[in-house]
Amino acid sequence: MAEVTVSVDGVKYSDHVEPRLLLVHYLREVVGKTGTPVGCDTSNCGACTVLLNGESVKSCAVLAVQADSGEITTIEGMAANGSLHPLQQAFHEEHALQCGYCTPGMIIAASDLLRENPHPSDDEIREGLEGNLCRCTGYENIVRAVRRAAQAGASA
Amino acid sequence: MTADTETAAAPTAEFGRARLRKEDERLITGQTNWTDNIRLPGMLHVAFLRSPYAHARITSVNVSAARTEPGVIAAYSGADFAAEQGSLPCAWPVTPDIVIPAHPPMAVDEVRYVGEAVACVVARDRYAAADALAAIEIDYEPLPPVLDIRTALEEDSPRVHEAGNKSFVWPFAQGDMDAAFRDAPVVLERYYRQQRLIPAAMEPRSVVCSCVGGEFTLWSATQIPHVLRVMLALVTGIPEQNLRVIAPDVGGGFGSKLQVTAEEVLAVLIARKLGRPVKWTESRSEGNMTVHHGRDQWQRIRIAADADGRIRGLDVDLLADMGAYLMLVTPGIPLLGAFMYPAIYKMDAYSFKCTGVFTTKMPTDAYRGAGRPEATFAIERIMDDLAAELDLDPLELRERNWIKHEEFPYTTIAGLTYDSGNYEAATAKAKELFDYDGLRLEQERRRTNNDPVQLGIGVSTFTEMCGLAPSRVLGSLAYGAGGWEQASIRMLPTGKVEVVTGSSAHGQGHETAWSQIVADQLGVRFEDIRVLHGDTQVSPKGMDTYGSRSLAVGGMALVSACDKVVEKARVIAAATLEASADDLEWVPGRFEVRGDPDKRVTIGEIALAAFAAHNLPDGVEPTIDADATYDPDNFSFPHGTHLCATEIDTETGFVKIRSYVCVDDIGTVVNPLIVEGQVHGGLAQGIAQALYEEAVYDDEGNLVTSTLADYLVPSASDLPSYVTGRTESRAANRLGVKGVGEAGTIASTPAVVNAIIDALRPYGVTDVTMPCTPERVWRAIQTAQGKQTGSAAEQHAARQSDQTQGNSPQGMDGGEA
Repeated sequence: MAEVTVSVDGVKYSDHVEPRLLLVHYLREVVGKTGTPVGCDTSNCGACTVLLNGESVKSCAVLAVQADSGEITTIEGMAANGSLHPLQQAFHEEHALQCGYCTPGMIIAASDLLRENPHPSDDEIREGLEGNLCRCTGYENIVRAVRRAAQAGASA
Repeated sequence: MTADTETAAAPTAEFGRARLRKEDERLITGQTNWTDNIRLPGMLHVAFLRSPYAHARITSVNVSAARTEPGVIAAYSGADFAAEQGSLPCAWPVTPDIVIPAHPPMAVDEVRYVGEAVACVVARDRYAAADALAAIEIDYEPLPPVLDIRTALEEDSPRVHEAGNKSFVWPFAQGDMDAAFRDAPVVLERYYRQQRLIPAAMEPRSVVCSCVGGEFTLWSATQIPHVLRVMLALVTGIPEQNLRVIAPDVGGGFGSKLQVTAEEVLAVLIARKLGRPVKWTESRSEGNMTVHHGRDQWQRIRIAADADGRIRGLDVDLLADMGAYLMLVTPGIPLLGAFMYPAIYKMDAYSFKCTGVFTTKMPTDAYRGAGRPEATFAIERIMDDLAAELDLDPLELRERNWIKHEEFPYTTIAGLTYDSGNYEAATAKAKELFDYDGLRLEQERRRTNNDPVQLGIGVSTFTEMCGLAPSRVLGSLAYGAGGWEQASIRMLPTGKVEVVTGSSAHGQGHETAWSQIVADQLGVRFEDIRVLHGDTQVSPKGMDTYGSRSLAVGGMALVSACDKVVEKARVIAAATLEASADDLEWVPGRFEVRGDPDKRVTIGEIALAAFAAHNLPDGVEPTIDADATYDPDNFSFPHGTHLCATEIDTETGFVKIRSYVCVDDIGTVVNPLIVEGQVHGGLAQGIAQALYEEAVYDDEGNLVTSTLADYLVPSASDLPSYVTGRTESRAANRLGVKGVGEAGTIASTPAVVNAIIDALRPYGVTDVTMPCTPERVWRAIQTAQGKQTGSAAEQHAARQSDQTQGNSPQGMDGGEA
């Protein structure tokens, strides 16, 4: 067993875990952050995307121990002071989700995209999110939502 | 009650309003309740060992070593379940002599596809369960796989089941086929391949089962909690009243969760054996292998026409791959297409035959559209070829044959009565949005200039049958259940409303749309309504969600239940207002005395009066709650015109969708935002079939596309932006609604492939087998131009070329020489 100490959505956790434990399973089953789902086992779908030290990672492709000393933000930590994050608000307003299973990863990945490129073109949004799969929306409204959030200054 | 009186007095007109969804709040904040999130005290985890062979006899299984692994509570083989596991159900025996082989949830003697469960481990956590699978000893005696339905019916083919490889033959014919084809000026015959697809809902399947005192609660990522409960009772013998099924938040289905799965049955049996709750959640790789697949047909279609393009007759002969077993509605899926080949066209005669064939692959079953995309593809593809043959514009040919708007209701050659539609209006609007004439001019320019990037225009003027379904029609088709839907309205004493629906949403937005319908019917606020679904204890009756049925059937059940609420409320209102019930006028939200509108009482006040029950007339029940079960008279028939422009790099075979325009007539619209989302998602899945997706088995029956790295579910960068429009002809039901869940998928696949062929006709290309990958498109061009196609992946290429050139598939009888 290895010790891992992380901050998740602003709360500090310290646990002894198997070295092979995936970060996503650590978040879901040890910390109880079930807002981050698992969609595949080959890091293709991106449903499990979280921010690790400010950058998006697929938490199924990171071991919990690799996140040691890190600061993690999941979908559950996106809203602040009782207000939705502009991306959450934009996904709602543009109907950018249906079943919602990809949504946590999509919103987190989009936040990283806007951090790097605060005003992306539609093509840049599509390319920036190509590591996140959605089966419901056909992506049209996801692109609209990211564009709307960018206009609202979501990168700030 | 003052506040309620005020709000109820305001006209709501929710119908047609782009309400933002009630569902979103929990989904965008991670406060979700996926089945895999559930943790019960003492819960154990199950992992399945799965067959590595497509076909083999199990000669020995020994799970005892697994039982001693750390954290392992139990390990079982098929023999441990043999006495109690029954057979997974097929609810659609389409012919009296259909062969329905026994389908044990866990294989006992023989495995018939790669991925079939052969043993399992139950352990303290999912890692321990997976680890211990390695300790199970199992020996197989390999048997020959059966992988090609075109040869599976030959005498000397290996057999999947003792009874042979044919499950059923289902014929249908109407009109004088001989007369239609004899001396017809034009007869075309085509073979199309509907490749096998993997539905790939983003949420993998997950099951949790607890068993307390003989009462079972099963949580499952399912579309069909109600159907599942009945079927689990029938399969396991557990009394139905002791079974509760809950579909919590469900992350997409697309038909793939319209199933009674081996893992659901086994979870119940394991929970019963151990007296502890158990969970099983599949990995994506496991799911690609073992969630039922879609499509997989070979289609032979012949069309006879007059010289002016008028269709005389249509002849369809299908081979449909059932896979290794018949699952819940496997054999019925191709037959949902049987009635749709004639589509929107008038003709004198129609003949259809489908042969269901067993192979050693994962069973097929419902996938978005289910039979209707296949039918629409074949008819819309051959209509384009017929137009080319007659040198007609493909829309002109369609217009010469389609049912005119003034001809509705119209009974088609397949026996369906289309209640409404306006193909002229949808097509005119689509042409305008698309700039059809402008793009044709550009296409001509590129052809003249020998542009290496050619432009193609694809047309699909589809219709479909949905709103499944009138129960008596289902009965006549030997389906094992009805097609009604149930709704309940509970009027709470505070003036709020609980709506209970038997539809089981898994992303569609029922909580929002149902609130809108009830708000209008009862004159209550959208915000004051809560919609409950997906739990057989909360919503005891239902037929669940599939086949674009929720609104056309479940929505109408809501309307019926609201009618009953109003009629019950009228009696109490009359007593309250001291007026005759006949003198009361229902203005949604309240009753007024005719001629004296100041004398009024709101529905909320009536609910409170019923709750208190102090002053009710003699014999009046103290409630205005009501249930209704709605059985539709007919299917509904959405239609539309989809136009796709592709740019094809003839040097690389790369296909780019330059623009996609669809104009859909889905009847009246409750929520345009939700409708547009359904259309977008449907388009993406239909385009994915045309360009990207295929479940591939190798020569030994291994699924090659077992991960999302191999099976290409398109990302945002693979798909275009869509232009959507609507026209509206009311369906015959009171709401005027038709259904929209599958329309985009049904329509778009042929639009894209037609656009590819349209671009390449000058090169002599007449077909490209789906998915139309750059390699296949490039090879089709090379082959049509008489060039040798290089040496890369020889074997693969040979197989594709066999398909691409449309060689007459062996095993399809009745073909014209």
